[in-house]
Amino acid sequence: MTMTQQAYETAPQDMGKHGCDCMHQSQGSASSPMARQAIAFSPIQDEDLELLLLIRHFELALLDLFSQGKLNGTTHTCLGQEYIPVALRPLFTEADFLFSNHRGHGHYLARFQDPQGLLAEIMGRDGAICNGVGGSQHIYRSGYLSTGIQGEGVAVATGVALHLKRAGNQGLAVVYTGDGTWGEGSVYEALNIAQLWQLPLLIIVENNKIAQSTPSTQAMAGSIRGRAQAFDVQYLKVCSHDINIIRTVAQPLILRARTTCTPLIIEFDTCRLGPHSKGDDTRSQDELTELHTYDWYTFYRDHYVQQFQPLEQHVRAYIQGIVAEIEARPLTNWRFQ
Amino acid sequence: MKTIERVVENLNAGLHALFAHDPDVFLIGEDIADPYGGAFKVSKGLSSRYPDRVFNTPISEGAIIGLAGGLALSGHKPIVEIMFGDFIALGFDQILNFATKSVSMYGQPVAMNMVVRCPVGGNRSYGPTHSQSLQKHFIGIPNLRLYEVTPFHDNTMLLDTLVNLGMPSILFEDKILYTQPVYRDGVIDDLFGFHFLGTEQEFASIVPEDLDVCHCLIIAPGSMVARCLTAARQVLIEDEINVQIVVPSQLYPFPLEPLVEYITAAERVMIVEEGVAGGTWGCEVAHMIYSALWGNLKHKIRLVHSQPSIIPSSSHLERQIIVQAEDIANAIKAEVCGV
Repeated sequence: MTMTQQAYETAPQDMGKHGCDCMHQSQGSASSPMARQAIAFSPIQDEDLELLLLIRHFELALLDLFSQGKLNGTTHTCLGQEYIPVALRPLFTEADFLFSNHRGHGHYLARFQDPQGLLAEIMGRDGAICNGVGGSQHIYRSGYLSTGIQGEGVAVATGVALHLKRAGNQGLAVVYTGDGTWGEGSVYEALNIAQLWQLPLLIIVENNKIAQSTPSTQAMAGSIRGRAQAFDVQYLKVCSHDINIIRTVAQPLILRARTTCTPLIIEFDTCRLGPHSKGDDTRSQDELTELHTYDWYTFYRDHYVQQFQPLEQHVRAYIQGIVAEIEARPLTNWRFQ
Repeated sequence: MKTIERVVENLNAGLHALFAHDPDVFLIGEDIADPYGGAFKVSKGLSSRYPDRVFNTPISEGAIIGLAGGLALSGHKPIVEIMFGDFIALGFDQILNFATKSVSMYGQPVAMNMVVRCPVGGNRSYGPTHSQSLQKHFIGIPNLRLYEVTPFHDNTMLLDTLVNLGMPSILFEDKILYTQPVYRDGVIDDLFGFHFLGTEQEFASIVPEDLDVCHCLIIAPGSMVARCLTAARQVLIEDEINVQIVVPSQLYPFPLEPLVEYITAAERVMIVEEGVAGGTWGCEVAHMIYSALWGNLKHKIRLVHSQPSIIPSSSHLERQIIVQAEDIANAIKAEVCGV
């Protein structure tokens, strides 16, 4: 069995074909003491690594700004999950409409490469995407929208999918969810309709196995795969964090959803390395250490030194510059009408 | 001979007219497809004539209203039919946190043209979860306008306005009003006629012939017209009390301006609605009148609404809870004659 086959599963069409447990690249399972040695990432383009690093350093900069008391409210970083939107980026087109959620910085940055606009939005400064009204969780830009309510976006995305199907331009409505999102009834209502009406809806599940502080073992009976099967919806589970593998396995299914106007669920087995919002992580140090063994960052830093170091140096300085520049901008102007 | 048009027919004709001239209009809801045509037949004929724009859905109010939000976001003008208005509660999040918020929460105006139609009201023995008048729960939501069908305002014009507001709206439709006649040409009966007030026909004003002094001005939405008329007729005949009834098409925000001269001229002002007591639409309107016209009112405003109770099924019990014509007549007499 090849590495690629081990790294994903599909259902319901070809259930059993890759009937192995979902694993990280090779021998080790998530709980295996051998996992640390087992992790390996294939070489990626500078462009991809740079984008991964941009998201990582953007999120770290936010946590730093919070600790300095320079940010208000809350923010949800996607540390550890950056590779998902970066991997999917070339599989999306201009015609696609992306829906994001409360943990959406990576989704936005992968779509637009606009850290200035996003930071300005979060800091309420001139040049903000939404004038500082939406903040971290409520962003709207052509073909991209995020909201702060769990599950709500799946129903809205279904409406957009209906529009895209009628427009006939092979556009896809894409909605990012977490494992916790699947506690909401509206997800099931929308999924049912999307399959009944054969709508081009891609639901991505970033299953980091924790919703705020509640492990999914306490929140989800059954599985995402079982849910997909119940609705007879095409399903792909991706355990690999390797961008190349993800693209290889996801590309044909996304193309199929797009061209045949059918819903698709892709579940990523992923890790949230940071807290839910700021300093509210209740997981043990051992657990966090274990999760860090899957971090793309560590691997590329240690194994692709020549490529990694100059890129990181550049991105780090770039983000530092942006933070200083945005901070110095005037506050946004907005009046309700 | 002119045939009598019922309100349900006028609404249905309004939808047909809208579908005929605006290709962006959609209808989404449960059991709306022909031959059923909706639980109250408001949607009859639409799925046959416009099969690609009428979507018969599963029982999923949250997804239905969410779907409408997605269509509105894409530039369409969806109309949602909620079978019984009570079920709108299942889609409240999509109205409160998505459709209305999206109009302004992204820091730039986002046009969200969508209408949620809600059959409401009791007196039909449908019981506690199929009889409510839920208007009050939607008052004060930014970027949400509330309207109610009346037997006076033409629904073709109204629906055309609603799908082009740039923001979501809810249209409340009284279930008993569906079966009642539409009034045309200022004529109601031998005692009462009507005319419109305001440049946009904001209100229908019902007055007895030769009204000189208005003893009691009643502000009431479409659902209460028949009951208010019965009461007005009774107090006119029995006690020579002149009642003027003004009926808004738009409930919220309440368009006070066209009413100012009538409110200040009236001896008494009463606001009548079917919703149960507590945080009512009438409270909102009364507060608005007090704020604008304090010092110009001859008496305090009287609110008439249903009892603070669930709505029982059996009609003899239901009548104890829901405002009836005699309750309105008694309230008028109590105010005007002090009895």
